[in-house]
Amino acid sequence: MKRLTPYLLALPSWLWLAIFLVVPMVAMASVSLQTGNAIDGYAMTFSFSNYADALGRYSDQLLRSLLYGGLATVAMLVIGYPVAYWIAFKGGSRKSVYLFLLLLPFFVSFVLRTISWNFLLADNGILFGTLKGWGVLPEGFHVLATTVAVVGGLTYNFLPFMILPIYVALERVDPRVVEAAQDLYATRAGAFRRVVLPLSLPGVFAGVLMTFVPATADPVNAQILGGTANTMIGNIIQTEYLTNLDYPTASALSFTLMAILLVGIFIYARALGTENVLEAAAR
Amino acid sequence: MRGARGRFGDRLLHVYTWLIILWLSSPIAVMILFGFNDKKSKSNTSWQGFTLKWYGELFEISDLTTALRNSIVIALVSTVITVVIGTMLGLAVGRHRFRGLGATNFLVFAAISTPELVMGASLLSLFVSGNVPRDGNTIIVAHVLFSLSFVVVTVRARVITLDPSLEEAAKDLGATAWGTFRQVTLPSIMPGVLAGAMLSFALSIDDYVVTSFVNGSTVTFPLWIVGAVKTGIPPQVNVMGTLIFGIGVLIAVANAVAARRRA
Repeated sequence: MKRLTPYLLALPSWLWLAIFLVVPMVAMASVSLQTGNAIDGYAMTFSFSNYADALGRYSDQLLRSLLYGGLATVAMLVIGYPVAYWIAFKGGSRKSVYLFLLLLPFFVSFVLRTISWNFLLADNGILFGTLKGWGVLPEGFHVLATTVAVVGGLTYNFLPFMILPIYVALERVDPRVVEAAQDLYATRAGAFRRVVLPLSLPGVFAGVLMTFVPATADPVNAQILGGTANTMIGNIIQTEYLTNLDYPTASALSFTLMAILLVGIFIYARALGTENVLEAAAR
Repeated sequence: MRGARGRFGDRLLHVYTWLIILWLSSPIAVMILFGFNDKKSKSNTSWQGFTLKWYGELFEISDLTTALRNSIVIALVSTVITVVIGTMLGLAVGRHRFRGLGATNFLVFAAISTPELVMGASLLSLFVSGNVPRDGNTIIVAHVLFSLSFVVVTVRARVITLDPSLEEAAKDLGATAWGTFRQVTLPSIMPGVLAGAMLSFALSIDDYVVTSFVNGSTVTFPLWIVGAVKTGIPPQVNVMGTLIFGIGVLIAVANAVAARRRA
């Protein structure tokens, strides 16, 4: 009985993960190789050309997703690092208050937050409408339905996921190490570059991982803040699955997206060293 | 000289941090404000005066009310399932060495890192291949799937810090295995279990992407909102968002105060 305990404890979750995570991946792989149509149904034909067809049709949206995801990730890193740095080293006794304020948006639904940006940035909304009324902005000025709106929305929505891991890494840096560097005549910038920055890299690694993957695969920001010219791969997969009922194309695109993200993570992990990956994975 | 510049830099970063907090909070302010907007036209995008009308007519849009109720029921049911099976797995991986531990950790990590879109798409592939009708049940299946790993991770973190001699002491004093679990183990891992429960409730009630694949004709709160974007979001949505926000913040603050008092 005692030896069986861990297996009995693990069994329900194992079943759940096997049936609803592993088997669906196999089902998706199988669907991606089928041919047919929505009315007569689809049958397995090992049609690898589905991938070539899907990529031929939607390579623009796929590349755009990677570009937008990458731009947003870089923006989050640049915007978020100083915030994490200041809270970790200068937040003092109010660190947890600042972290709570950063997490405040998570008490509002993701969809609703994105729609609030749609509100705020509306062509004649409270912000631009007022500025246009004052004559500060030209009549034709708009942000909605542009690349800036979508990348900005992604940056906004995932920023806390970048700040938190960097904060955790920086918080563990002993301030005395920085003082030691300065005692040894390092400048502030020198101490940062050669002591603080390397020690925070595992946090940066985790932050990039936690933001790039969801940002690249996100359909919500492009749908609510972008126009027809900013469609991302997530929107295409949704439309193909749910509106066009073209399951093989949608499955092939989902698989391609996942493969690209996995290969990307792998290369990125190799470039930064595997210890960091394990550390990030263990957290 | 270096000190003075350092202090100036710190002050600049302090202001910058507040600006970022302000930026992150601005859509919340907009949401709350426009729940009080006395709008006359169809669209709710310009300020037309203060009113409490929408709080009174909160449940006037029956589809929206149904969607909110669906979301709450689904979140409650999936949280209960997730917490039970996730706590069990958290105990298994936090305390026991067994065959398949490595594979289990991999699966838990894979479930966290799979993009929501891929998770939703693959579940739909399974349901389509197996001719499973999509409804509230398939939504619950999906929500348990994406919350499970978070419960496992928070419970495991707590289990690792447990002192095994406490449980041995309970058994020496004649407690049964179940009694030991109920009276010793469970109370000490409770903070982890509760954190996991809150996390999975929050993830469930907020989810749009995965749900959009497996919902069939069942509509949840986030799905209803996205569907209403084209025709205009009614102020009731802002009010519901404001109430959910208020309750969430209250629970979080109460939790933090209680934790500080315990410490």
